[in-house]
Amino acid sequence: MEDTGRTHDERRAGRWTSVLIMFTLVAGVLSFVWSARSYWLLPLASAQGASIDELFDIILVLTAIAFVAVHLFIGIALWRFPARQGAKAAHWHEHLGAELTWTVVPAIGIIILGIAGEVVWAKVYSAPPANAEQVDVVGRQFEWQFRYPGPDGRFGRSAPRFVTSGNPFGMDPSDPENKQNVVTINDLHLVVNRPVLLHITSIDVIHSLSLPNFRMKQDAVPGRVVDIWFTPNKEGAYQIVCAQLCGVGHYTMRGNITVQSQSAFDQWLQSQIK
Amino acid sequence: MPTLVLERHRGGTLRDVGGRGRGPSGGDAAPGREPAPVGTGLLGVAAFLAAVTMLFLAFTSAYLARRQEAGWPAFSPPWVLWVNTAVLLVSSGTLDWARRRIRSGDAAGLRRGVEWTAALGLLFVLGQLAAWRQLAARGLYLTTNPHSSFFYVLTAVHGAHLLGGVVALATVLLRSWQGRYTAQAHAGVTNCAVYWHFMDLLWLYLFVLLFWV
Amino acid sequence: MDAVAVRQPEMAHEPHPRESFIRHYIFSIDHKMIGKQYFLTTMFMALVGGAMAMLMRAHLGWPDNGVLSPEQYLQAVTMHGTIMIFFFLTVMLTGGLGNLLIPLMIGARDMAFPFLNMISYWTFVPGVITILLSYFVPGGPAGNGWTAYAPLSAVPAAEGGAGLGQTLWIIAILFVVISSLFGSLNFLTTVINLRTRGMSMGRLPLTIWGAFVTAVLALLSFPVLMAALGLLLLDRLAGTSFFEASNLIIGGAASTHQGGDALLWQHLFWFFGHPEVYILILTPMGVVSDIISTFSRKPIFGYKAMVLSLAAIGFLSFLVWGHHMFVSGMHPLLGAAFMGSTIIIAIPSAIKTFNWCTTLWHGRIHFTTAMLFAIGFVSVFVTGGLSGIFLAIAPVDLYLHDTYFIVAHFHFVMASASLFAILAGTYYWFPKFFGRMMNETLGKIHFALTFLGIYGTFYPMHFIGLHSNDRRLYETTAYPFLSHTGPVDVFVSLSAFLLGFAQLFFIANFLWSLKYGPVAGDNPWHANGLEWTTTTPPPHGNWEGALPAVYRWPYDYSVPGARDDYVPQTVQAIPLVAAAGAGGGEA
Repeated sequence: MEDTGRTHDERRAGRWTSVLIMFTLVAGVLSFVWSARSYWLLPLASAQGASIDELFDIILVLTAIAFVAVHLFIGIALWRFPARQGAKAAHWHEHLGAELTWTVVPAIGIIILGIAGEVVWAKVYSAPPANAEQVDVVGRQFEWQFRYPGPDGRFGRSAPRFVTSGNPFGMDPSDPENKQNVVTINDLHLVVNRPVLLHITSIDVIHSLSLPNFRMKQDAVPGRVVDIWFTPNKEGAYQIVCAQLCGVGHYTMRGNITVQSQSAFDQWLQSQIK
Repeated sequence: MPTLVLERHRGGTLRDVGGRGRGPSGGDAAPGREPAPVGTGLLGVAAFLAAVTMLFLAFTSAYLARRQEAGWPAFSPPWVLWVNTAVLLVSSGTLDWARRRIRSGDAAGLRRGVEWTAALGLLFVLGQLAAWRQLAARGLYLTTNPHSSFFYVLTAVHGAHLLGGVVALATVLLRSWQGRYTAQAHAGVTNCAVYWHFMDLLWLYLFVLLFWV
Repeated sequence: MDAVAVRQPEMAHEPHPRESFIRHYIFSIDHKMIGKQYFLTTMFMALVGGAMAMLMRAHLGWPDNGVLSPEQYLQAVTMHGTIMIFFFLTVMLTGGLGNLLIPLMIGARDMAFPFLNMISYWTFVPGVITILLSYFVPGGPAGNGWTAYAPLSAVPAAEGGAGLGQTLWIIAILFVVISSLFGSLNFLTTVINLRTRGMSMGRLPLTIWGAFVTAVLALLSFPVLMAALGLLLLDRLAGTSFFEASNLIIGGAASTHQGGDALLWQHLFWFFGHPEVYILILTPMGVVSDIISTFSRKPIFGYKAMVLSLAAIGFLSFLVWGHHMFVSGMHPLLGAAFMGSTIIIAIPSAIKTFNWCTTLWHGRIHFTTAMLFAIGFVSVFVTGGLSGIFLAIAPVDLYLHDTYFIVAHFHFVMASASLFAILAGTYYWFPKFFGRMMNETLGKIHFALTFLGIYGTFYPMHFIGLHSNDRRLYETTAYPFLSHTGPVDVFVSLSAFLLGFAQLFFIANFLWSLKYGPVAGDNPWHANGLEWTTTTPPPHGNWEGALPAVYRWPYDYSVPGARDDYVPQTVQAIPLVAAAGAGGGEA
């Protein structure tokens, strides 16, 4: 590639490409800074979520450094090393030290992140506290149903053979305890600072109970009951999103969460019992 | 054109610059290549069997995962499966006999062995159909329960692969009629035999998996 | 199988009479013609898949205009993913680039099984026809996502449409699976057995290493998808219950299915699905390595590490499928294990990135369009790879799972990166296969607009993803916290249109250059690979006369003291600089 007339063009092309890469670098960083003010993680409302957010921040810093470093390196290389007439490229292609460095350094970083991730993961999926409020959750096309134990804190009997369209929890109609249970549609009430244990399932297709403010998400799988627990720690109104494509009405499958004090919760529960 | 060789470069030899791995670094540039350690056809068959293995591993993992769950309604094997198993084992024997015939140059013997093998293979497939009939007579259909579903699916997929083997045997037969196989060159027969024996082993595996695991 | 067993590689090169039109263009067994057939078919499918994307963005940018109904939107989402992954990227990289390049780059006359190669293409075509046909059946095409999670995809009553679309979807994918299996079997055998003399594995171009590992992955992962699709088809048509649990109430009525397991589909699908992701990126990694080395006029840095990391990524890809299922209800201990195996993949990926960067350093870079796309590949691969770390760390994935953050992630690391490598490869090898150069000015405009379009489309998706905007939502009006994401959606849509528009430059360039491009020599880029040592375009049998013998790896660029800054693999003794006058110019 010894075309003499083209070296000037190559230098110009190199500068333009370098500018393009640098623009990507600057725009990529600045837009994230801008996004942090307008579109960021939703307000945190659970105790467990704090460590997840910390983990997120650590990863964000590390990946930002890598993003900047790689693009800066490429940008500089493109600027500095366009083809020049009469000049030959270097001819080296191995360097054990360099290769070991960029094997070991990312490895250490990634292992530390991995360990941190495992620790948080184990915490999120630890055994639920005994005093947790319990709620049964059923997903169906296209709504969430919640079942609370009555004021005595007990669920009535239920079995799969009782499941019908009108009775997704399969509550045994002969058990008087079930009269005290409260079933709501798309309306989840939680007590602030009290752990809540959700038993999640589905009676048709797979849904996903996404609770972004609480940094939790769990698929509702037909035929399985999966438990998750967390501790809401901020009163307020939040939303449940269905995060798994579940049919044409998927986008309408929204639920509401109210996190309230124990007394407000008790009052609400009482008002729901017929 | 200069033919000087660049002798040394930063303490390395030319091999370090251009070499990399085995292969001639001198000599003439005559065409051709060394014979490969494994024939191309056999390599193709081996690759295909690797894919078949993955297919049945996928079915196996689905089957085992399902088996663990409560309420597994197992049924006993239809008796004809024992006959089928024996037929298939014998067919492997006849094919191996055929292969040994052609190794000593007996093309007619090869054909007789291959014909027997193909016939036994077809008999096996008919036997599998008979097994389906026996199950149906017991009221066990494809959708009756998970065990029957898996039984029908696995036997059907295996049977389809075995029929593919019968087509391969027919091709061998045709080529043998054309006089394509000799005592020295009969890679096609070997490749076909590898496939057939594999299908035989696969059936034994499925038989054990379906009824004795 | 034995028709080809006895075939000698040399036999394909007998002088042959003029073939009929049908033998030459339709049922050809020449790998170059089959490769071109694949290339053009998949390019057409890319246009269909791209049109789906444009429809989706037209709707999402301005949801009030009613461009799509909810059902049509989901069908566009599903068909975009399905077509782009199964009918464009996978097949373009294996059937297209793999077919065109493998025999030429290893010094073979053709594939090991040319007839099977032809069958492979003609198994793919019915798949294409079936998936296109599904647009015209009552209820329209499948709309359950490209992952087709059961039971939604298994029970027709759960879907919106009449259900025939989903059935045809399964059948179409089965065709693609079988076609890919034939292809990968062929590639694997060809690379192992048909390398020319001197072409040891340690001298293979990285493109071929990528294609080789890809063939292994395809051979071992597609059968698993085949099993899953077979079971799904039975569930839909025959009433078996592999994926449906007992006591389901679907569409208001009790389902007759009993005893199946919905997670089984996900395990099978993702056991295939994750290797599939690497099927879409390993060949691109190789292509980009070769192009960066050629146009930096410098050997690829760390060849051995590049090969080892390709192999490592290929191996690990079979151990990480569960990271798609962190929130699926799988046991948390399994989640922990999959998190561990997943993050390890970051290490070989990092090695590759650093090696590409280092190859540029102290190079003499020629900024051809192919090189620009290769550089663009590194950028989008890094961007997408880094966002992958968030998703690999399972607790963070709890928040980001199924949001636009992951849409951004895989469109960068898999879709864009793969697309960039395909485009780079097209600009790079076009002269070899069509005998003419592509227009560089149009090419550079195409690159600049595509690069900006990709970042403009997918980068902002990170932001709305962080704001918990879920994917596959027809509209977000139900969610108050998403009420102000409209401007981002508009920006993304406009960028997507720019991206779509930019491809018109490519199509125009491609068609124009076929006929009017400057005639290319045998080795227009002064590259070392074996494919550049034959005539342009290569004849049937690839080389006139004897097959070339190979004396070196394909990365001897700028050897100190050598006359030229490149030394083709067939050169035994390097011409020295002192003899420059006597040697004369070459090509």
